[in-house]
Amino acid sequence: MSIEVKNISKNFGEFKALNDVSLEFPTGKLVALLGPSGCGKTTLLRIIAGLETADSGQVILDGVDASDSHVRERQVGFVFQHYALFKHMTVFENVAFGLRVKPRKERPTEAQIRAKVHELLALVQLDWLADRFPSQLSGGQRQRIALARALAVEPKVLLLDEPFGALDAKVRKELRRWLRRLHDEIHVTSIFVTHDQEEALEVADEVVLMNQGRVEQVGTPDQVYDHPATPFVYSFLGSVNLFHGRVEGDVVHVGPHQLTHTGSTADDGSQVVAFVRPHELTISAEAASGGVRAEIERILSIGAFSRVELIGLDAEGQRTAHNYEVEMMRSELLSKHVRQGQEVYLVPRNLRVFQEPDFSI
Amino acid sequence: MAGGISTAIDAKSIKCNQKLIDATQESSWVRRLLIGVGLCYFFLFLLLPLGAVFVEALRKGWDAYLAALVDPDAWSAIKLTLLIAVVSVPMNLIFGVAAAWAITKFQFPGKRFLITLIDLPFSVSPVIAGLIFVLVFGAQGWFGSWFMDNDIKIIFAVPGILLATIFVTFPFVARELIPLMEAQGKEEEEAAIVLGARGWQVFRYVTLPNILWGLIYGVVLCNARAMGEFGAVSVVSGHIRGETNSMPLHVEILYNEYNFAAAFAVASLLAVLALVTLLIKTFVAWKAARIHAELKED
Amino acid sequence: MTSKLFKQSVIPGFGVTLGFTLAYLGLIVLIPLSAVVWKTTDLTLAQFWATVTEPRIVASLRLSFAASLIAAAVNACFGLILAWMLVRYRFPGKKIVDTLVDLPFALPTAVAGIALTAIYAKNGWLGQYLEPLGIKVAFTPLGIMVALIFIGLPFVVRTVQPVLEDLDKEIEEAAASLGANRAQTVFKVVLPIILPALLTGFALAFARAVGEYGSVIFIAGNLPMVSEIAPLMIITKLEQYDYAGATAIAVVMLFFSFILLLLVNTLQAWTAKRTGRDL
Repeated sequence: MSIEVKNISKNFGEFKALNDVSLEFPTGKLVALLGPSGCGKTTLLRIIAGLETADSGQVILDGVDASDSHVRERQVGFVFQHYALFKHMTVFENVAFGLRVKPRKERPTEAQIRAKVHELLALVQLDWLADRFPSQLSGGQRQRIALARALAVEPKVLLLDEPFGALDAKVRKELRRWLRRLHDEIHVTSIFVTHDQEEALEVADEVVLMNQGRVEQVGTPDQVYDHPATPFVYSFLGSVNLFHGRVEGDVVHVGPHQLTHTGSTADDGSQVVAFVRPHELTISAEAASGGVRAEIERILSIGAFSRVELIGLDAEGQRTAHNYEVEMMRSELLSKHVRQGQEVYLVPRNLRVFQEPDFSI
Repeated sequence: MAGGISTAIDAKSIKCNQKLIDATQESSWVRRLLIGVGLCYFFLFLLLPLGAVFVEALRKGWDAYLAALVDPDAWSAIKLTLLIAVVSVPMNLIFGVAAAWAITKFQFPGKRFLITLIDLPFSVSPVIAGLIFVLVFGAQGWFGSWFMDNDIKIIFAVPGILLATIFVTFPFVARELIPLMEAQGKEEEEAAIVLGARGWQVFRYVTLPNILWGLIYGVVLCNARAMGEFGAVSVVSGHIRGETNSMPLHVEILYNEYNFAAAFAVASLLAVLALVTLLIKTFVAWKAARIHAELKED
Repeated sequence: MTSKLFKQSVIPGFGVTLGFTLAYLGLIVLIPLSAVVWKTTDLTLAQFWATVTEPRIVASLRLSFAASLIAAAVNACFGLILAWMLVRYRFPGKKIVDTLVDLPFALPTAVAGIALTAIYAKNGWLGQYLEPLGIKVAFTPLGIMVALIFIGLPFVVRTVQPVLEDLDKEIEEAAASLGANRAQTVFKVVLPIILPALLTGFALAFARAVGEYGSVIFIAGNLPMVSEIAPLMIITKLEQYDYAGATAIAVVMLFFSFILLLLVNTLQAWTAKRTGRDL
């Protein structure tokens, strides 16, 4: 089922949780709503589910305006951040709940319910836990039961609110892969909310980046990571080095230095911020044109990778307040023969430039 | 971005129906019905009896009301009631703090059982609470003859009343403090000891400020029950006017003599005490909630 | 505290506080209570049986337990409604209602007794309107129930209220998103969760009602075989200097209180275990 939201706005008192958000979610895809806490992503999810009402705008499910329909009529499956399992029911009864509360005419027989529940428990690989109570399960198991319960009513849309937020790092990683495989199996249009960029990039078909109640960028994980549309997206996805300066043609003037950029949305001659990812910076031992002067403060090598932390230097060789980070293969670093305290030049291979006032997080 | 998500840019905002779709609310008629039923029940069983006390007390006017209160028997009942509170509340306060300290700061076998024993007086009928002291100290009781030989009166005298009251108000302070101190753990006390504080200092400067509001709460409830206890005191009092009649017993005597206005006049004092108790209780609960919220913000 | 059983602790005062606690508990509670057991040994089993099967005593015990049971049931029902509206709804005077719910804890029982009598006596505030309808409240078992409802009211409200407050909104949203209507959500999800608290409140109200004396004797009228409660029979026996008889009744009542206490504790332990919550 396709989902479309049009011009959704929602305020909580003075706080603008959502500001005129319009999105289309394609059928059968797994989409991540990604953003920092308070960006409105959970509110948007709850509005799509019908747990919250928008101040204005429409929710369109399968081409039909569902803005006024109750959550129980929308046929959405919702997986809560803290699972919201019914503590007084067994795992089996939890999963069967949605079937048992159907109106008498639509309600399946006891045998059908039994078959359906076991089929779902098998799907989430927890068939052997049917008679346990939620308090006897681990966090990861609870999450999978919550998912099975949501799937029992055969929802046309699956909505997951921070599905891995309450789990520890190791389980989180396992469940991420598992969710991806499960989605490939069932192909229900799914939206999940997360503040973890790694999670979004790893699991989702599409990523929606949100900030301060607005959509910043939409695209595949590769698109949003490699071609960030806004300064926010740049700095939210992965680590980044910033240079403040003035743009002129192909060049950004940063203090006494000049850097060549690879794309700018700024007006010529205006104050800008330039972004470059740590692995897109090259360290050069000799004075190079199109480089920034810096001193190596620390070299960290973990496994095959090395990270170099640097501090900026001005024209007189005095330290500035700017810190930089460069990442490269360890072998590459060794071949450069650089050491701590050495003065070097940083040359960006891929530098994106944005107008200064645009920049805000 | 073919087949991907697209952000629609048309800015015309379609006003959606403002009808509240709250998944966790009853329909408004159910809500109104429940509130109506609840308020009726509240009015009938709580507000009405409270109002009746004051209206009946003033039925014969202010003069009769004041006369009932300055009556010597009423006055001695008030004094006895104050004495009961002054003796029994501090005793149970000291016990409550000691018990809570032992139970919450240390591990020892039989702890759960000890807590159950402390709660025991709550599940004993007040009449039985009186009875047990008659059995122990009465003329035919365990120690009755010894006390009689030494001319010490316990039963049908003030000491018996005090004992019975201490029994029925026994758990109040302890049961407020135990869950509170359990929740607070003992890290702060251990920190104080590491910093060199000694036993009493630990309690005075670290524990007491943390449990102060719970302590007040327990004391206020203990006091209300001590001043208002009827059943237990009735059994051991002997109803000697001017000597062993506390205020609730005095109310009973006046009532049984059909002196209703006077009975309600004395009762109204006890009702005021109850209201003050509730006010302090509400204030303490509000204060505790605020402290809790502040701690959460940190 | 050198014993291995006692975990070493740097916090001082264990010996003093535990010693004082045990001594005080023994002197004020345990020794006097054991007097009841000791006194019953004055009676042979036959005498004990004869006392507790006296028709007047049987009638009083039956009345005490029946009236308490009904009053506790009424409180369970309406107490739940009060707790629900205090937690979920906004209405004028909510603060006052919330504060005054504890009135029966704070108001001396004798005061409650005479106030209820003034209301329900045949020329009383409400009694005068009920009398022509053929409803007699004061000086009947019905009056006893009214008094017991009054004193038991806070128990259910105050045990259910915190559980309702702690109830995660997500649970109800989950039920709704699975297609349950409001009634199904309330009866299949919310009520089962608060049921243990409701039962605890019911048992506490019941236990309190069985032993209640002060608020009942004024409105009961104390007619033999009709409106005499068990605690009153203890007092009657005492006034006749029949200490053994009084003790026999007390033992029966204590026995039932003990069973109830056990029931409440088991219930709480069971709930804690099943929902994985600490006591």
